[in-house]
Amino acid sequence: MTALPTRKLEAYRYADIDALRDVWDGLAQPERVEIAAQQRLQQIWLPSGDEVDIRRVEMTLQKGATARIFALNNAPRYGRFELDVTMHEGADFALYGANIGGGNSTLEIVTTLRHIAPGATSHQTVRSVLGDKATGSFLGKIEVAREGQQTDAEQSVKAMLLHRGATANAKPELEIYADDVKCAHGATVGELDRNQLFYAAARGLDPASARALLLEGFVGGLWGDIDGDDLGIADLARATLHKVAA
Amino acid sequence: MLKIENLHATVADKPILNGLTLTVPTGEIHAIMGPNGAGKSTLAYVLGGRPGYEVTQGSATFDGRDLFAMEPHERAAAGMFLGFQYPVEIPGVSYLQFLRESLNSQRRSRGEKELSGAEFIRLAKDKAALLGMDAEMLKRPVNVGFSGGEKKRAEMVQMGIMDPKLAILDETDSGLDIDALRAVGAGINSIMRNPQKSVLLITHYQRLLDYVTPDQVHVLSKGRIVRSGGPELAHELEREGYAEAAA
Repeated sequence: MTALPTRKLEAYRYADIDALRDVWDGLAQPERVEIAAQQRLQQIWLPSGDEVDIRRVEMTLQKGATARIFALNNAPRYGRFELDVTMHEGADFALYGANIGGGNSTLEIVTTLRHIAPGATSHQTVRSVLGDKATGSFLGKIEVAREGQQTDAEQSVKAMLLHRGATANAKPELEIYADDVKCAHGATVGELDRNQLFYAAARGLDPASARALLLEGFVGGLWGDIDGDDLGIADLARATLHKVAA
Repeated sequence: MLKIENLHATVADKPILNGLTLTVPTGEIHAIMGPNGAGKSTLAYVLGGRPGYEVTQGSATFDGRDLFAMEPHERAAAGMFLGFQYPVEIPGVSYLQFLRESLNSQRRSRGEKELSGAEFIRLAKDKAALLGMDAEMLKRPVNVGFSGGEKKRAEMVQMGIMDPKLAILDETDSGLDIDALRAVGAGINSIMRNPQKSVLLITHYQRLLDYVTPDQVHVLSKGRIVRSGGPELAHELEREGYAEAAA
């Protein structure tokens, strides 16, 4: 695809096309990543810090390859992380992603996982924390080809809305042509728990600190499986949460 | 320490407390007993400042300050501790982090120096040991997967760490076996039996009072204190039931 997308395209239905227009030229061709058979890749996607932060990646996992992606999406205006993953036999893919934002930001994580061969597994965990008038979306498409027997695909998507004007979208999409597969998905949208907030207040936490702490608990589990240096993603996520919760 | 006068309070517009008057002097432990529905937990929540519990009349002062003018976290910073009947679970947040941030938030608002990680862990270990709790449990998420007894012990560990002037303990004894009851009783005595501190012990049964001897016992019925007396009143209630004693 080289022309600027429109919101008529399913993968762009919640996108901020105006924000995309300014940067599209450099993005029309996605970045390509290939992981050779039995190899392992871990990537930590830190935000660029720009107002508009777009990342488009096409990834292929050869036989028995493993990929772990940890992504923090917190662009002030528009952040979009787009991943198109093709999995060969026995490949194992995992995404741990967070959309954290306030103001008028639009944040989205859009994935297409193609299980084209037997025995590949995928796990996607996405947490969104949205304040003010922010919109956070996860669009997760899973395609299991006829050859993709014994696929095990799982999505866990949860969003927390801090203000009435915030919006969360969670859209799983399954296209399954094999008959022996496991595809699980769960999505929830909620608010901070009043009992937890009062408990924290009764122990002396001021309201903003209480909200931030509960949100850390909501998001924090995402980074637990990082191998080695986390490049500051946990601290950066925490700092963004404190800003959104203030 | 705590002075409550003619307190009226409603929950969802329903009157629960109807003119409650009570004074807990500094250095004393008072027990409030009463049947289900008397307003015991409502009293605890009103004093703690829980949203949804509305004071419609009356006053309360804590250490001479207007309690109801303070936010819940300000009451904690001023030295009040509310022990929960049903301690709340917070997945994803470890007890150590929760308590350290809570304590430091209190210390900041009192203009005291915050505790470092190492200082805090030492304090938490001491207090856990005092209550017979494995300090390793404090690495787990707040109350998640804790049994009823473990939750109540953890409440007492929290009380030890916060070191309050006034503790309001809402049915801390409910759901405890004898060992846990003894540990909780010993915890209350060692942390709060002090001439500078006070406790309001809200309980349904007399049995905790075998371990913590109150200076005074009050009977709460239909949102008011209907009788007050010494520790012997608790035994009388246990023998004769609330209906008789409150008559």
